[in-house]
Parts: sequence; structure tokens; C-alpha cells
Amino acid sequence: MKNKIAKRAAALAVFIIVMLIALYLLQKLMMPKYMSDIPEGAMVEEYYQETTDHEVLFVGDCEVYENFSPITLYEDYGITSYIRGSAQQLTWQSYYLLEDALRYETPKVVVFNVLAMKYNEPQSEAYNRMSIDGMKMSSSKIGAIQASMTEEEHMLDYIFPILRYHSRWSDLSAEDVKYMFHKDKVSHNGYYMRVDVRPVDGFPEPEKLSDYTLGDKAMEYLDKMRELCEENGIELVLVKSPSLYPYWYDEWDEQITDYAQEYGLDYFNYEKLAPEIGIDYNTDTYDAGLHLNLSGAEKLSRYFGEYLTENYDLTDYRDDPEYAEVYAEKIRFYDEMREAQYKELEEYGEIISF
Amino acid sequence: MLFTDYSFIGFLAVVFILYYTLPKKCQWPFLLVASYVFYFIASPSYLIFIAATTVSTYLVSLKLDKLETIQKEWIREHKGQISREEKKEYKAGIKAKKWKWLLVCLFFNLGILAVLKYTNFTIANINGLLQAFHSDRQLSFLNLVLPMGISFYTFQTMGYIIDVYRGTSTAEKNPFKLALFVSFFPQLVQGPISRFNDLAKSLFEVHYFDPKVVSYGLYRILWGYFKKVVVADRILTAVNAIIQNPDTYQGGFVFVGMMFYAFELYADFTGGIDITIGIAQTMGITVTENFRRPYFSKNIKEYWNRWHITMGTWFTDYIFYPISVCKPMLKFSKFSRNTFGEKIGKRVPVYLSSFVVWFTTGIWHGASWNFIVWGLMNFVVIMISEELEPLYRKFHARFDVKGKAWYGVFEIVRTILLMSAIRMFDCYRDVPLTFKMYGNMFTHFDIRALNAEAFLGLGLSGADYLLLFICLLVILSVSILQERRGSVRDMIFASGAAWKYVVFGVLMLIVIVFGAYGIGYDQSQFIYNQF
Repeated sequence: MKNKIAKRAAALAVFIIVMLIALYLLQKLMMPKYMSDIPEGAMVEEYYQETTDHEVLFVGDCEVYENFSPITLYEDYGITSYIRGSAQQLTWQSYYLLEDALRYETPKVVVFNVLAMKYNEPQSEAYNRMSIDGMKMSSSKIGAIQASMTEEEHMLDYIFPILRYHSRWSDLSAEDVKYMFHKDKVSHNGYYMRVDVRPVDGFPEPEKLSDYTLGDKAMEYLDKMRELCEENGIELVLVKSPSLYPYWYDEWDEQITDYAQEYGLDYFNYEKLAPEIGIDYNTDTYDAGLHLNLSGAEKLSRYFGEYLTENYDLTDYRDDPEYAEVYAEKIRFYDEMREAQYKELEEYGEIISF
Repeated sequence: MLFTDYSFIGFLAVVFILYYTLPKKCQWPFLLVASYVFYFIASPSYLIFIAATTVSTYLVSLKLDKLETIQKEWIREHKGQISREEKKEYKAGIKAKKWKWLLVCLFFNLGILAVLKYTNFTIANINGLLQAFHSDRQLSFLNLVLPMGISFYTFQTMGYIIDVYRGTSTAEKNPFKLALFVSFFPQLVQGPISRFNDLAKSLFEVHYFDPKVVSYGLYRILWGYFKKVVVADRILTAVNAIIQNPDTYQGGFVFVGMMFYAFELYADFTGGIDITIGIAQTMGITVTENFRRPYFSKNIKEYWNRWHITMGTWFTDYIFYPISVCKPMLKFSKFSRNTFGEKIGKRVPVYLSSFVVWFTTGIWHGASWNFIVWGLMNFVVIMISEELEPLYRKFHARFDVKGKAWYGVFEIVRTILLMSAIRMFDCYRDVPLTFKMYGNMFTHFDIRALNAEAFLGLGLSGADYLLLFICLLVILSVSILQERRGSVRDMIFASGAAWKYVVFGVLMLIVIVFGAYGIGYDQSQFIYNQF
């Protein structure tokens, strides 16, 4: 009798283990890889591959990961930095990504791009997924999910992504098999490179809003971010990246300025400082003024790097052999991608593979 | 909380664990608590209706039982002292009292259902009449919400109270046991309509954990989910595209929609019942089967003996027979035979009773004319096939096709087509439109319109169609096996320990991967939830 029960228990245990393995493999297969399309989706996960610490950590949306180049900061100033950014990354997602990063390192400076302060509610499941799916499981991830879910979303779908992505079974490609367990790098310390140029050609006039007050949830998470930095002895810097669209209203700018003053934070609206930085929206943007291209990002990074070097006690890691070795590889990858993009641009007249 | 919600699956897991870990005497009371929790989560305001129906049924059943006891005692006390006439007279008096109490209960319970389900339908018809008579007055609709499963539990309690009245069932003395019978959560959503005598024993008795019984239940649940989320909810996309755009999808696509709806409804309803029966089975409880492979029926009568069986038998036992043998009907039967002759006259009362049954079946399905017409169409087809019976007999005497396989297939296909065609009233939910689309199916038929591009425009990809085809083949194969060799689960369990795990595991992965659930799918309620 005992033998029979033991046999049954063993069979059940084997069944459960096999099912878990099968589900794990299927989940790996079904999850979007973001390799050849929408590489922004793969960037959050890339952070965990880092082998060296960073003294500056950027958090924010596309205005960070497309406008600041950590490789330029390193090459010109020896600053080690990383961008934890993703498309339409909301303030609470930036907070939880920062909290998550603090599990691995404690930077000296955190730079938060304030454009996301305009959103006070969860926006889009697709963007939520790009910000959250790449995070390793932790209380920060759970917090990010809870804060970000739209009404149609469910926590279980994030914890077991196969429940969300099972419907991709009919869209699977060779890429899904190839990148099941290992993905190629798509960013340069979180920076998304684009070398092409598309000059600005005008935007619609900004609409008048009925209320310009920044939302309470966004402000709550800005407070939390500030407090988290204070607790960890980190300097928080607020920036508004140069971009002509979406509009950053003066009324919003004033509220951020007042907030920065109240808590003694630095706040720079680089949109207003674009001429001083040398940004030319005819040559320094790849999508007609929404985001900067490589040329614009490098100009902004040089300008910002000077400020960082002058105002914060940052180490020049160019002389550190360990960092030099790691960054030599990063610079090689950076240069190779730049060359490859220029080559594609020359060949096809547009960027296709990046 | 739908069967397909994660929260329901979580709820189920908790109920299952507690059911087997709590002291055995707490099993059925715990199920009552779980059922009320389930109902409370669905909507707290619904509780009052189910509780009111339970209380009224309980009180009246006790009263009926008491009257029965009084009668028995009186007869025993007066044994040998009273004449047969006096006994008969006394019994008639008691019966009259019981009848009054029965009516009170039926009016109360049916009243709740009628007010909540049919008030706005009545108002809409009154408004239609007022408009027809050029009146400017229009009645306002009421904001009424139909409690979950009200049609099912109301009919279940009605069946119970009629059984107690008839003496075929004894009144349950424990109000909480009766409350569980009425509210047992797996069957609350979409039936089946259980009889007290069938369900009570296994519902209230103690159940010990039996791996085989639990495995059988889990298999049944999984099979139900397979039919619901992989098949029904996937076809739903195409069905909705066709029926919601009658101006776009005409001719051959009306036929396609009709057949797709037949598959969807089958997979949806039988899938839901599989889940219900499976859940009960995991707890050792036996719920009455509601389907017996209805698409293998060779005629409409057989179909209704295989489809929604508990509803069919309910209408037969509690509407058809009582009407057929009631005094006015017996009088009418006599009149009919005298007027039309024995041959036709004896059929008229049967048809009249059938008419009432099918009218109520229709309106039970939904408070709208399309359901009533759907019910009456079933009546018409059954009546015609009855009338044509002599012709069929002549045909079969002349041509020996009855035992031939191809003729069997012809009969099955004919029945499926007929039932699917009638169901178009349920599909389009608009009587004039349905009639129009019947005509349109033939007048606008163009084989070239049924091309791959048009099919892909229904919201399903080529892969979806292939998957559906394979799944329907699997369902067909399983049904053939069940029809010919009995329980497929018995076969799987008899074929070695490994197979039961392999089949279960593969089926589970299929449901998880190919299920049409989550974001990107318009997750649907079970169709019969609405009734």
C-alpha cells in the first residue's frame, strides 16, 4: 500500500516537474524578443548584463534613452552611466526601475526626465509590457505592475507571461527560437542609437488644457523617487530633454521648477537651452524633432557631462583598467553600430535593421 | 466571476483544498458557504433573490409535507371508521390546500423571475402596441438586472416543490441543505437543472479523497476548458463578424455563420457543462448529464433527447404532462376527437401541449420574440415530422436505406442543418432580419464570395482556421469513441499510468497556449449564463 502511494506521488511529482519545464520553455518561446523590431522592448532586461557599476543613472522615457549617450559621457569625461528607460515609461515605472537598480548598485547621481509627469494614469498595455517584462522578479517589479496596470490587465499575466503571450503562437518566427535563451545587445548602456536625419517640419499648435496641474499620482512617485535618493545619499537631478513634441507646457515647467526649488534639486529644461547646447533640429533629430539622433545625443551628452563633472564628485574611470576594458568593448560595439547604420543609410536611404 | 476568470480558478482551488481538509461533517455546509461567497462575489445584490426563492420554497415544502403527514395520520386514525367517499373527500380537501400552497410558491418564485426577466419585454411590447395604435404615450423601461443563473435555480426549485407536492420527493427538513441544493455554485452559472432526488444524495454525503475520482473530474474540467476557450471563444470572433454585419456578410456567409454558430454554441454550452460536472466530480458529487452527443441525432426528437437534457425533461415532466392530463385539456381532447375524428382529434391536444411547452421553452431562453419564434419553430418542425411519419414509413418500406451507413450520415447532417437553421433566430436575435437572411442565403449565394480573403476578413487567421479544424476533428473523434465504446477517460486510465499524465499534460498545454483568452481576445460569457 505504502509502495503504491509512493509510486503515485513520484509519478505526480515527475508530471508536475515536466509540466513546469514545458511551460517555462513555451513561455520563453512565446515572449516577444524585440530584436529586429521595436528594440526598445529589450532594453530594460539588458541592464542585468552589466558587469560594472555606474555613478550616474538615468531614468525616464524615450527622451532619455534616445537623447543621452552614456558612451559619449565615458569617452569625454570618464563618467560611467546607464539609462533605465523604455518607451512611454511612466513616473512610477521610473521609480520602481530605480528601486530595482538600487538592489545592484548605488549611483552618485540619478537623472530623471520629467516628461512622464504629464501622465497620471496607466496608459497602454504595450508600453507597460516594454517597461516591466524585462525586470527581474522582485518586490519592485510587483510594485511596478500594481502601479501600471490598465483596467484590462491582470497581475497573473505579468507573473506568468505565457498567459499574456500565448496568442503569439501563430506569429512565431525563427527569431523567437534563436533568442529564446540569449538576446543580442541592442542598446549602449540603455541608449538607443539612430544616426539618420529627418529635419523638423512643424507640429500642430499646442492645445489649451483645462487644467495644467500635474497629477497627484505622478507627484507622489516623484516624491518617492526623491525620498529614495535621499535615503541612499544620491543626488537627484531633474531634466527636460530637448524635444519639440509632445509639448512641455510652461505651466508644467513652472511646477517642476517650484518643486526643484522647494527640495533643493537641480532642474534643467534643455528644450529651452537647445540653442546653447548647439542642437539644430534640422540635423540633430531623426524623426522631425521628437527625438535626437546620434549627433544630437552626443551634443547633449557633452553639455550635460560638463555639468556633471563640475558639480558632482564623479570619478574618471578612463584610467581604471577594469572599466577601461569593459568600456573598450562597449565603444567598439558603439562604433560598429554607428558604422553599420551609416552603411545602411547609404545603401538603402533609410535605417532598416536598427 | 466567469468560469474562465483567473479568480474563479483560484476560488476553485481554495474550495477544493478546504473541502477535503475540513472535518468531513463540515463538507456540505462548507459548500453552501462557498456557493454563497461565489454568488456574493458575482454581485451582492443578487443574494436577496436566491435567498428569497430558497426561503419560500423551504417554507412551502414544509407546509406541503405537513399536510401530507396530517392526511396520513388522519387516515390511520380513521382506518375502518370512514367510508371510501369520506376518505376521498378528505384527500381532496388536503389536495386543494396543497395546491393553494403550491400556487403561492410558484407565483412567488416565478414572480421574481417574471418581474426581473420579462418586465422590460412586456413594456417593449406594450409600447409597440401603443405605437401601432398611433398613441404618443410610451412606457419607460425599468433598470432591472437579471441575477446570475436565476432561470436555472428558479426552475430547479419549481421542480423540487412540484415533486414534494406530488409526493415523489420528500421535503428537506434542513433549510441549509435545501439552500445548497438551490445554490450549488458549479451549476449556478448555466445549469444543468438538477432534480433534488438526483443531486441530494451525493451532495450531502461525506466524500473521501479518491485520486481516481478527482482525476476524472479534473479531466472533465480540462476538456470543458478546451471546448470553451480553444474552440468556442475562437469561432466567436468569426460568428460575431458575420451576424453583426448582415449587410456585409450575405449569401454563402449566412450559411457559414449558421454553421459556425452551431459549432460555437455546442462547444460553449457543452464545455461549460463539462466544467460544471467536472468540478462537482472532483468533490465526489454527481451532477446529471446534460448532453449526449446531440450532433449524432438522426431526427429532431432525438436531438432534443440529447441536447440540454435536463431542460427537456423538466419541460416534459412539469409542463407537458400536467397540461396533457389537466381537466380542461381532457375535455378539449374529448371535444377534439368528437369534432375531428379519432385519428386527427387525438393529436390536437398533444400538439396544443407541445405548443405551450415550446412557447415557454422559447421565452425561458430569453425575453425577446426571437427566442419565442425559435421555440415555436422547433414545435413546427416536430409537428411536421410527426405528420409526415406515415410518409416516412412508406418510403422506408419501399426503399431499404434505414440500415445503410450513408443514410445514417444523411440523417445526422439533415438534423444538424435543420437545428442550425432554426437557431438563426438565436443568432441574429431579430425575427424579421432572420427571415430576410434565410432568403438572402439563397438569393445572394455566390460561391466566388467564399474565398480565402473573405474568410480571413472574419477576424481569424489561416492558423486559427487550421487549429479549429483540428480541434473539431478531435471533438468528433472523442464523440465517436464515446458513442461506440463509452467513456474515453476509462480508456485512457486503462491504457497505463503514463498515458493519463501524458494526455492530461498535452491537453493542459493546448488550453494554455491555444486558448482564446486574455488581452487581445474579447472574452465571452458562456452563452447560457444569460438564461
